[in-house]
Amino acid sequence: MMRLPWFDYRAPRSVEEAAKILAWEGDGAMLIAGGTDLLPNMKRRHQMPQTLVSLRQLEALKKVANGSGLRLGAGLTLSELLAVRGLRERYRGLAQAAAQVATPQLRNMGTLGGNLCLDTRCTYYNQNYEWRKAIDFCMKKDGAVCWVATASKRCLAVSSTDTVPALIALGARVKLVAAAGEREIALAELYQNDGIEYLKRKPDEILTEVLLPKADGWTSSYWKLRRRGSFDFPLLGVAAAAKLAADGTVAAARLVLGAVSSHPLVIKCDALIGRKLTDDAIAAIGEAAESRAKPMDNTDMDLRWRKHVVADFAGYALRELRGDDMSAMRLRIAKQMV
Amino acid sequence: MSGTARIERRRNVQLRLSVNGEDTEVSFAPYKTLLELLREDLGLTGTKHGCELGECGACAVLIDGEPQLSCLKLAIECEGRAVETIEGLARGNALHPLQAAFADHGGSQCGYCTPGVIMTAKALLEREPNPSRDRIREATAGNLCRCTGYQQIVDAIEHAASELRGEAK
Ligand SMILES: Cc1cc2nc3c(=O)[nH]c(=O)nc-3n(C[C@H](O)[C@H](O)[C@H](O)COP(=O)(O)OP(=O)(O)OC[C@H]3O[C@@H](n4cnc5c(N)ncnc54)[C@H](O)[C@@H]3O)c2cc1C
Ligand code: SF4
Ligand code: FES
Ligand code: FES
Repeated sequence: MMRLPWFDYRAPRSVEEAAKILAWEGDGAMLIAGGTDLLPNMKRRHQMPQTLVSLRQLEALKKVANGSGLRLGAGLTLSELLAVRGLRERYRGLAQAAAQVATPQLRNMGTLGGNLCLDTRCTYYNQNYEWRKAIDFCMKKDGAVCWVATASKRCLAVSSTDTVPALIALGARVKLVAAAGEREIALAELYQNDGIEYLKRKPDEILTEVLLPKADGWTSSYWKLRRRGSFDFPLLGVAAAAKLAADGTVAAARLVLGAVSSHPLVIKCDALIGRKLTDDAIAAIGEAAESRAKPMDNTDMDLRWRKHVVADFAGYALRELRGDDMSAMRLRIAKQMV
Repeated sequence: MSGTARIERRRNVQLRLSVNGEDTEVSFAPYKTLLELLREDLGLTGTKHGCELGECGACAVLIDGEPQLSCLKLAIECEGRAVETIEGLARGNALHPLQAAFADHGGSQCGYCTPGVIMTAKALLEREPNPSRDRIREATAGNLCRCTGYQQIVDAIEHAASELRGEAK
């Protein structure tokens, strides 16, 4: 049996109250939303908060609002997110990413905010306490070295969220609320390339909202490599979004890779601006993405192969943006048609 | 339990919830998951205890009608919720059509995954009475089975669906 450690539990009724508790409790407190990332981590003794501050009762985090774009409450479960009217049509890449997170039961529990703050992952870390003790702990928790690269000064654990690459490609911003005040930043600014300090969120900040700009003229797509068709964390995620003129000329484009670094990796697409998504243009961006990706040997499957398929997956995503019928390929790879 | 009440360490908490249609009050250690509460404090051992990390689906139950994993649900967060487990399906000696179909179609071998699969399938059929085989596979994608090879599970759910629609031969 893997029991949870003891903790104090608080269930505030407003964001303000939750922020006050976090400010008061300091580092010893952690937020719990769906708990689908935090509770396994607590069972394996990766995270041992003295106090859990539950977001369950915060109705404000469940709001969805249309306006100049789309505002999504961080407390929406991924199932609720997928049920948002028009999501699949306007923000297809986000829907494709959310639909491939974990399993149906976990999507009924896990939230958007939790997915944005998901802990980084590593074969040497996502193990129970006894396993980690047996090989000696690593620097992400309780130890001093990195078992993936013993000379590394930093932890190389992998950013494994599916929705974040899709959201960054769509130009999302997030709102963070603390007792001392609130701020709004580009989602990409929330992350940094460090497996331990992967978030630039301050410990007393609550992520309350995700803001998506208007989808006018934009099209988006998300492709995920995972071992099993049923469910698995990404071994590679490729999110692409582009604003295309009526004749297919690219006015703006973003490409973001997940699971090949400790943070979402943004690939420059300037070369595409003013051009059409021809096979050659797509191949060139794919090659650039492949050379930037630095997967490490700390997830499933062979790392050279994982690097090698980056260009292929970027190609699938960009061809889908161009309007190619990718349904047979999507069914083969994702086992679903979102 | 009032919203901001602080749980004293190492002391039990009280909780009210509905389990299989019956209002229940229970006192338990606050670190327990819903799975542990059901099995250890309420004596409902039909819900199975597999990986405890969200990876197998053996512990799936319905919370307010939705399939969720009881191993990753804090019991404390179930205040006022309606929980349904495999024990709530049969009516006296009469099996639920899903239970009967699993027995008839070999959908259950060692049986360990069965309660989680059946609860997940029950929620599916309540929402979509006539799902395709692909849809059944998608809805049960989080339920691992080491015995059947899944075909018989899909057969059983398909058959139970037609039974529930009143079409079974
Ligand atoms: C078997 C299994 C498979 C999975 N597969 C995938 C997968 O394929 N892809 C994927 O992306 N994820 C996967 N997950 C992880 C997880 O289910 C999802 O990422 C989920 O969206 C996490 O949300 P949550 O609400 O459960 O997070 P929680 O566990 O509640 O929280 C996760 C972290 O975020 C913090 N947090 C939560 N909400 C907020 C907020 N509003 N503000 C600030 N901090 C917050 C918490 O303190 C915690 O550190 C999987 C999990 C399991 C168990
Ligand atoms: S990358 Fe290195 S330090 Fe980080 S979790 Fe893995 S083994 Fe530990
Ligand atoms: S025991 Fe809950 S998913 Fe395995
Ligand atoms: S019947 Fe044995 S695990 Fe499914």
